[in-house]
Amino acid sequence: MKPISIPAVNLKRPRLFGRLSTEETIWGWLLILPTVLGLILFKFGPVLASLYFSFTKYDIITNPKWIGLTNYRTMVNDKFWTKSIEVTLNYTSLFIPLSIIVAYVIALLMSQDLKGISVYRTMWYLPSLVPTVASAIVWRWALNPEFGPVNYPMRLLGLEVPGWLTDPHWIIPSVVLIQLWGLGNAALIFLAAIKGVPDTYYEAAEVDGANTWTKFWKITLPMTSSVVFFQLIMAVISSFQVFGVAYILFGGQTTSDPAGPGNSALFYVLYTYRNAFGYFKNGYASALAWVIFVVIMLLTFLLFRTQKAWVYYEVEGGE
Amino acid sequence: MRRSNFFKRLLGLLIVGGGGLIMLMPFVFLISSSFKAPNKIYVFPPQLIPDPFRWQNYTEVFEAVPVLRYARNTIIITVFSTIGTVISTILAGYAFARLRFKGRDLVFSIMLATLMLPYVVTMIPIYVMFSKLGWVNTLLPLIVPSFFGDAFFIFLLRQFFRTIPMELEDAARIDGASRLRILFQLMVPLARPAVIVVTIQSVLDNWNAFMQPLIFLTKRSVWTLALGLNSLQRFETGRDWTHYLMVLGVFMVVPVIILYFIAQREFIQGIVLTGMKA
Repeated sequence: MKPISIPAVNLKRPRLFGRLSTEETIWGWLLILPTVLGLILFKFGPVLASLYFSFTKYDIITNPKWIGLTNYRTMVNDKFWTKSIEVTLNYTSLFIPLSIIVAYVIALLMSQDLKGISVYRTMWYLPSLVPTVASAIVWRWALNPEFGPVNYPMRLLGLEVPGWLTDPHWIIPSVVLIQLWGLGNAALIFLAAIKGVPDTYYEAAEVDGANTWTKFWKITLPMTSSVVFFQLIMAVISSFQVFGVAYILFGGQTTSDPAGPGNSALFYVLYTYRNAFGYFKNGYASALAWVIFVVIMLLTFLLFRTQKAWVYYEVEGGE
Repeated sequence: MRRSNFFKRLLGLLIVGGGGLIMLMPFVFLISSSFKAPNKIYVFPPQLIPDPFRWQNYTEVFEAVPVLRYARNTIIITVFSTIGTVISTILAGYAFARLRFKGRDLVFSIMLATLMLPYVVTMIPIYVMFSKLGWVNTLLPLIVPSFFGDAFFIFLLRQFFRTIPMELEDAARIDGASRLRILFQLMVPLARPAVIVVTIQSVLDNWNAFMQPLIFLTKRSVWTLALGLNSLQRFETGRDWTHYLMVLGVFMVVPVIILYFIAQREFIQGIVLTGMKA
């Protein structure tokens, strides 16, 4: 969802109604007024407030009390914080590459002229529409080590069934699996991009004797790299913020229960949520939130820096 | 060459078709389990066809859980939020695409930057704000912000508005049409596909929302379907209500699927639109 750049509206084109007019300025600001107010009320105000809270002790009922860097110092020795980082990094390092690669491969396979492609498209896409809660309850049952249908084929093959949602080693892979169920959306985005590559490129390559493999690496992938980049940014931003599945499957009856055995599902945002709305440590929660915010910003920034090396933009050499 | 092509197609068909079927299995089991007796859900091997069919799950659930209230709350939030989102994003999308004024590009890029902002960062101050207004445990915190734009949808609409030929608008202006008339009688109909995409996406977002309702709605009377479902699956009643849980799951999923089949073309268009970069 992260736009890459802001192409300026063509100011060069002579307009019928002259240059910047007062009338247009008034209308412009009038139309974006709700949005500007929204940015102030729900983005900038809260961001600044949360930065301030992060330096305070704040339980919402009494006024925030300034404690300087204490919250940030506490974090370093907080073993739950360390755990939540470990959990989140385990998850993202598995989910981000898998979601991109699997979705891309599916898209490639779908891009061949298969009969009934629209039916397959629907089959792959529908799961991405399922609400988190509904998907969590179905998967909790499907991954039940005793009765879950996922185990049925595994048992037939004589494989040992892991404790998907109970064994600390399998929890993260299971959450990745559940989230991958919704990858149809990304697959269809890739499919649209792959289909958008002009046939003439492939024809020219065939004349030069290129095989399928070469065509993929030299044409398909570079031509769709901007969409891959876009999806990668999206995956980074969203996968660091996993909350719903973790809360529903491992949130426990109360916030003092461990999130999964040994807190093996203590995702970062879940831990932040617990601090805010479970332990009423809003200052600490704000500090936690700021840390993940900075991490996401840094990662996005770094990805943008790598962009030139591998992302190809067709028009204007990288808008 | 021909042979390898054949195998490639077969492989494609197997993975895409077979994989597609596997993708559908959770749906199938959700629906089938919603017709099972509680003691028939956790059995091995899992039953695909419920035996016996327990139709009364669908009537009993209304007595066990205040389904209608949850549904009503969810629908109110979804309808009003979507109205707010569509109106506010059309206005801003058009202004960013077509009007020239000082500060426009700056505001636009600031707005886009907020897409990176995680909700956890703003949630506490927003909660404090709404609790001071006395809005916690009302539906307002989930509706009112929608009237103040949405960065992603504005971006999407702006991209679409920009593709509409300027000449059309110029002609309308010569005829003396006002800005708002141009926007709602000319531009919005021309940008119909994008407007529908925004509408559908907003409906889905609100229908599926979990974290925000969880934060702002703690009383059962204002719960949404998602929250009701969540409380059931935690066995908060102390009883095994998995069969009712599955029925509620069906209630949440089926409207979405119906929406998909009604507006399939727009969904696909939405994917293409949202997947593309600037």
